[in-house]
Amino acid sequence: MPNQAALFRIETSRVGAAVVLMTLIAVAARADDLASGERVLFNRDVRPILSDKCFACHGPDKNKREAELRLDTEAGLLGAGGEPGVVIPMRSAESRLVERITAADVAERMPPEQFGKPLSDAEIDTLRRWIDQGASWEGHWSFRPIQPPANSSSRDQDDWVRNEIDRQVLVTMSEHGLVPAAPADPRTLLRRVSLDLTGLPPTPERVAQFLQDASPGAWERYVDELLASPAHAERMAVWWLDLVRYADSVGYHGDQEVSVHPYREYVIQSFWHNKPFDVFTREQLAGDLLPNPTQEQRIASGYNRLGMMSAEGGVQDKEYLAKYIAERVRNLGGAWLGVTLGCCECHDHKYDPFKTKDFYSLEAFFADIEERGLYSGANADGNWGPRIKAPTAEQSQQLAELAAQIAATEQTLATNTPELEREQEAWEQRRIEWTTLAPASVVSTEGATLTVQADDAVLASGENPATDVYTISFTGLSGKFTAIRLEALPDDSLPQRGPGRADNGNFVLSEFEVKVSPSAAGADAKSITFQHATATFEQSAYSEGHPNGRWAIAAAIDGDQHGPTWGWAIAEQVGQAQSAVFAFAEPVELVPSDVLTLTLRQSLDSPRHTLGKFRLAIARDELPPRMFDLPPPAIAAILATSRESRSAEQQTELATHFRSIAPSLDATRGRLAQLTADREALERAIPTSLVTGTVEPRMIRVLARGNWMDESGEVVKPGFPDCLPSSATAERRLNRLDLANWVVSPENPLTARVFVNRVWKLLFGAGLSRRVDDLGAQGEWPSHPELLDWLAADFRDHGWDVRRLVRQIVLSNAYQQSSVVSSAVRELDPVNRWLARQSAFRLDAEFVRDNALAVSGLLVERVGGPSVRPYQPPGFWAYLNFPQREWQNSQGDGLHRRGVYTHWQRQYLHPSLSAFDAPSREECTADRSRSNTPMQALVLLNDPTYVEAARAFAAKLMHEGGADTDARIQWAFERALLRPAKPEEIAALRTLFENHLAQLRDDPAAVEALTSVGESSAPADLDRVELAAWMSVTRAILNLHETVTRN
Amino acid sequence: MRLPPSIARRTFLRSSGLSVGSMALASMLGERSGRAATNDAVSAEIDRGVVQPLHFPARAKRVIWLYMAGGMSHLDTFDHKQKLVDMHGQPMPESITNGQQIAQLQGSKLVCMAPQHPFQRWGDSGQEISTIWPELGSRCADDLCIVRSMHTEAINHDPAHTFMNTGSMIAGRPAMGSWLLYGLGAETRNLPGFVVMVSTGNYGQKQPIAARQWHSGFLPSRFQGVEFRSVGDPVLYVHSPAGVTDARQRDVVDAVKELNQIQAATTGDSEVATRIAQYEMAFRMQTSVPELVDVSDEPQSILDLYGTRGGDGTFGSNCLLARRLAERGVRFIQLYHRDWDHHGAVKDHVAGSAAEVDRGAAALLTDLKQRGMLDDTIVVFGSEFGRTPMAQGDGRDHHLAGFTMWMVGGGFRSGLSYGATDELGYHAVENRVSVHDLHATLLHQLGIDHMRFTTKFQGLDAKLTGVEPARVVTELLS
Repeated sequence: MPNQAALFRIETSRVGAAVVLMTLIAVAARADDLASGERVLFNRDVRPILSDKCFACHGPDKNKREAELRLDTEAGLLGAGGEPGVVIPMRSAESRLVERITAADVAERMPPEQFGKPLSDAEIDTLRRWIDQGASWEGHWSFRPIQPPANSSSRDQDDWVRNEIDRQVLVTMSEHGLVPAAPADPRTLLRRVSLDLTGLPPTPERVAQFLQDASPGAWERYVDELLASPAHAERMAVWWLDLVRYADSVGYHGDQEVSVHPYREYVIQSFWHNKPFDVFTREQLAGDLLPNPTQEQRIASGYNRLGMMSAEGGVQDKEYLAKYIAERVRNLGGAWLGVTLGCCECHDHKYDPFKTKDFYSLEAFFADIEERGLYSGANADGNWGPRIKAPTAEQSQQLAELAAQIAATEQTLATNTPELEREQEAWEQRRIEWTTLAPASVVSTEGATLTVQADDAVLASGENPATDVYTISFTGLSGKFTAIRLEALPDDSLPQRGPGRADNGNFVLSEFEVKVSPSAAGADAKSITFQHATATFEQSAYSEGHPNGRWAIAAAIDGDQHGPTWGWAIAEQVGQAQSAVFAFAEPVELVPSDVLTLTLRQSLDSPRHTLGKFRLAIARDELPPRMFDLPPPAIAAILATSRESRSAEQQTELATHFRSIAPSLDATRGRLAQLTADREALERAIPTSLVTGTVEPRMIRVLARGNWMDESGEVVKPGFPDCLPSSATAERRLNRLDLANWVVSPENPLTARVFVNRVWKLLFGAGLSRRVDDLGAQGEWPSHPELLDWLAADFRDHGWDVRRLVRQIVLSNAYQQSSVVSSAVRELDPVNRWLARQSAFRLDAEFVRDNALAVSGLLVERVGGPSVRPYQPPGFWAYLNFPQREWQNSQGDGLHRRGVYTHWQRQYLHPSLSAFDAPSREECTADRSRSNTPMQALVLLNDPTYVEAARAFAAKLMHEGGADTDARIQWAFERALLRPAKPEEIAALRTLFENHLAQLRDDPAAVEALTSVGESSAPADLDRVELAAWMSVTRAILNLHETVTRN
Repeated sequence: MRLPPSIARRTFLRSSGLSVGSMALASMLGERSGRAATNDAVSAEIDRGVVQPLHFPARAKRVIWLYMAGGMSHLDTFDHKQKLVDMHGQPMPESITNGQQIAQLQGSKLVCMAPQHPFQRWGDSGQEISTIWPELGSRCADDLCIVRSMHTEAINHDPAHTFMNTGSMIAGRPAMGSWLLYGLGAETRNLPGFVVMVSTGNYGQKQPIAARQWHSGFLPSRFQGVEFRSVGDPVLYVHSPAGVTDARQRDVVDAVKELNQIQAATTGDSEVATRIAQYEMAFRMQTSVPELVDVSDEPQSILDLYGTRGGDGTFGSNCLLARRLAERGVRFIQLYHRDWDHHGAVKDHVAGSAAEVDRGAAALLTDLKQRGMLDDTIVVFGSEFGRTPMAQGDGRDHHLAGFTMWMVGGGFRSGLSYGATDELGYHAVENRVSVHDLHATLLHQLGIDHMRFTTKFQGLDAKLTGVEPARVVTELLS
């Protein structure tokens, strides 16, 4: 290999860019650069060629297989059972394979020309040499058992090697003629590890502290501090939520909102507490099937409900059920197994040994999930299928506190005291002076004849209308009054002696109103508000749907909020006198000229339920309000018994009743009412979260070509793909818990490899196998296969300990290398495949913003809670419908929370997140792209989030950065980039500042406009013009490539 | 070993196992050899498409897609069925509908519904078009290449849009415009290469349109469509912050550039050069976008032709902007008109929607033609699906088995009628054209062989035209 490197160096000087490209080709496609003497490895060198060029027609898909020839199996290549293969080991010239790929006749030559993927000479040479070296075959690497390299018993002598990772990395880079890069300088390293592990930069103070800490283990302590932080959990959640396609809206058609953020909280808490990955897996796929699932486990099972859903009218249930369940299999493949199962929905996989039946057998695991194809009438409040209330820890605590306070208050209200007994005695002996009211006028709207009798009672006769409104007025009252009494009286002239005029003697008083006006004209009438009302009796017959199962007197003063036909009735006690007392909210002062007008509305749709005879009286303000109440019949009966002859039960019942009205307990009752209202409000505020509910498993058929209307396919049961190991027995129907156990079983060759490969990408910018979304045949042979397997085995064998995995990688010297190397080294390994340096790469979308907010001091670091809505341009949701919506910016803290909490609208993701490649999360995203676009520049320059951050940053700079311009620039650099500014950098920013300061002095309107962007306000103690000029500097810093890059 | 970069590049694209993201990186590798990067060189690299050279001589450079969102009834617009007139009110023969997928008419009685407006033959070609298109009929009939045998796979709006735009019902694939930018590169450094505009009409239900319809999917987001809006900033974030003049914005961008260059010299990171180039383009967009949407430099005759005074967000206004974008080298321009979901009152509504579209579409064709731009611009007109020959009350339901689209320019034959549905307008029966066929044909005119235009996604050679066979419909081409 060294001579190869030398070759490239010479070439570089001659042809420049072209050779650099060739270098890339060389490393990317092994076939092109296998030195002629080197041993050809089947999985590394041969399989990728066969897969890409041959498998489509000679691979796993039996329906597309040509000439009955398979090149994806050992038997197909080398022959079996006496059948010769197309490859004869050691004899390439005689092998049919070579004959066909080198045929002179274009019609004979493979692959066929129209396939569009000819073999290169180098590829043909590789195949030849593989055959001539013995044609040893092996199964695809990622489907084979994880094979960690034998642990080196003696530690490598090289000082650089700090752990097994370093040993592996060093071996590989040495093979490629490379040596480790210098360690990154500590400031770069701290910024790197902090951004990698938490998505946030370190504070300059923490960096300074670290730099002064010469004690052993300082680095480890720093790393452990980061790993233990909630910010680390939030960072990991951003990655995981892409995989499981978490979003706050349903994705299809109207893209309505759905509440599932407690699931996001679950993910964050799981990483925060370093939940073992196998447990994490089981809880998500099958939390509901665990024994006695906890709230947390049920919320975790919401994973199965994160896929897109539709509420579009015209959706056929069956079609969408097929879509939803197929997506679950794709997500399982994408999030855990790192294989592209989706292909098999319609056909056997063309590259990997997965069959269509495998796809549907995996679907069958999810066939028990309760769901609908069409969620008609669904909205943000629910109807998206099973969900649970998911109180936060804080809410649970508040609920418990409220419950305790309510219980204590109720206890107080249930306890007799000597004081209460004395109070009760006075109540029993109270005398209410009712002044019977002599009507000045009586009117029936519907024409009944109302006659005032000698005892001031009013009797109805004549016309008996279906409904009626009586209006009665009185004058000549003087003093303060507290209550009005209505007596409903029997009379022989009424059906069943009344008091009502219905055939059965009943009436319904729908609404009772009292008004006071200073003159007979009724002008300036004021309504009297009632505190409450009581009655001697309330009908319970035919009361279905009524509050408390009664035709209650309360319904007569409810402002008809339950409709005009609800009211007070007395059916069971017709023929007897009844009373109702209406207590005023406040005493009412009357002078003799005042006109008191009473309106009795009787509006029941069942006819003639009007009052036949009634009388009104009023009470003066002499007793506390509750004292006027009419006792319920049972209490009235006890009161009618002399104190001495009451039984113990009666005494208790009476005391209990009295406490419910005792004036001395008014405040306590008020507190109880408040506590109860608080609890109801809290209950309403508790979020819900989608969970997995189960039903009898639906029948799952293999759908020919994925066609949901085709019912001819084989019915399948839950089962695992044949090509992967499983120890499950078919004693019973397998379920999702079996599936989860299989995913994280030690034998599963994919899960651990996929996971560690992706974590590696988080920390190096690329996976060890770079196609982190596919470890199948079309994936990429790992750059460090032994290291990948070592990490996978270590992860699996140490309890799927995520934090251990991350910690080991960042503690390696490989991780701590500088990303800056000579151009010669870059040319040798342009994409950093051999890891003789670190990589520099742009922060993920969420962290671009988090970083700016942290640097500026605006960031609100609160963990968890519902999604928030930072500034978004108005009208961005104009093309959403059902319903039409407009984004409402959050207020206060919600504007400055971390990106992981930003509301995720699948069809219209926040444009500033989307500009930095955040995915819509409509499907599993394992490999976010990392692009570099003009839109990103527009966001960083002009999005109010960044303008406001620049202002906060500028204000901080003016407060904390010293007095001198250069010192302030230096301070800002340290804060944003954790490094000192170079003189020329300071000069550039000084010029910018001074120019703009001069310009802005003459442009007060611009100053005002610029410094007012955003909801937070500029500190009043700062010179606005200077602040605006400093904003140009801080805007520039927040826009630097270095600011959005982790080096 | 000495290969010209373009060949090396192709070799690389064919043989490497690298992801698209790495390809974008690879396009930058020219910067690594130590020579000073000029912005122009970097921009040129960014702009270059991956199809080098083109697979075929290109007949067109760009596409303007007039997208009648909601599902235009082919039966009331471009596909006249006399038999449907004859059978109006009678049951739809079960032989046609049995086993077919339907949407809102599930479980309803299926009754034939006649075309709601008269048709007539227009122009020398005698194209049969409804009278609700007086402008298109009288001025453009001889230019249209009408395909009456389209069929699709999805019957609900959302997946049908996604299929029409990305070739897959499953979200996450790049839209055709993104594919074209990726393959052909950009022709302008002042404007995005893929622009979307949406107008909303006054008739059918206002079905939602998801941003996924112009998303770059698994391609890098620089290939994403950029929405031009008629309200607020014409492009999101295209205006400097309040109080920042163009000159001061320029100063900030210059300072960023200077500092970035200092950093690039230290680290040798070629991404910095790209960043600088993209900031330059962003700054140019801040000027060029407002200029583009300001139509005050158009003569009155042109405003009259389109029936707009500009800037009003109507379909006609967007058609005018589409021409301006096309003139400035924008590769793919898509105009949605959200108005065509006529579940009820199809007679009035289809006429109303057509009236909103007719003049603008005819104006665009006329204007492009008079400027010679139809020679290298393809205009596509159509919906995500058609509507049922069966009545849904006084409307029509969604229909996937047969519908109409038309193309103009870019080597499509003018005055052609191609393909047919059955006599009741239900199934495309003659010369059937799938959505993938349409994509393949459009790519072909742009110089791309759809079979060879692939990129790795999840290990597969993903392509716009999917895995099923698709064909270039050469009969449509001149």
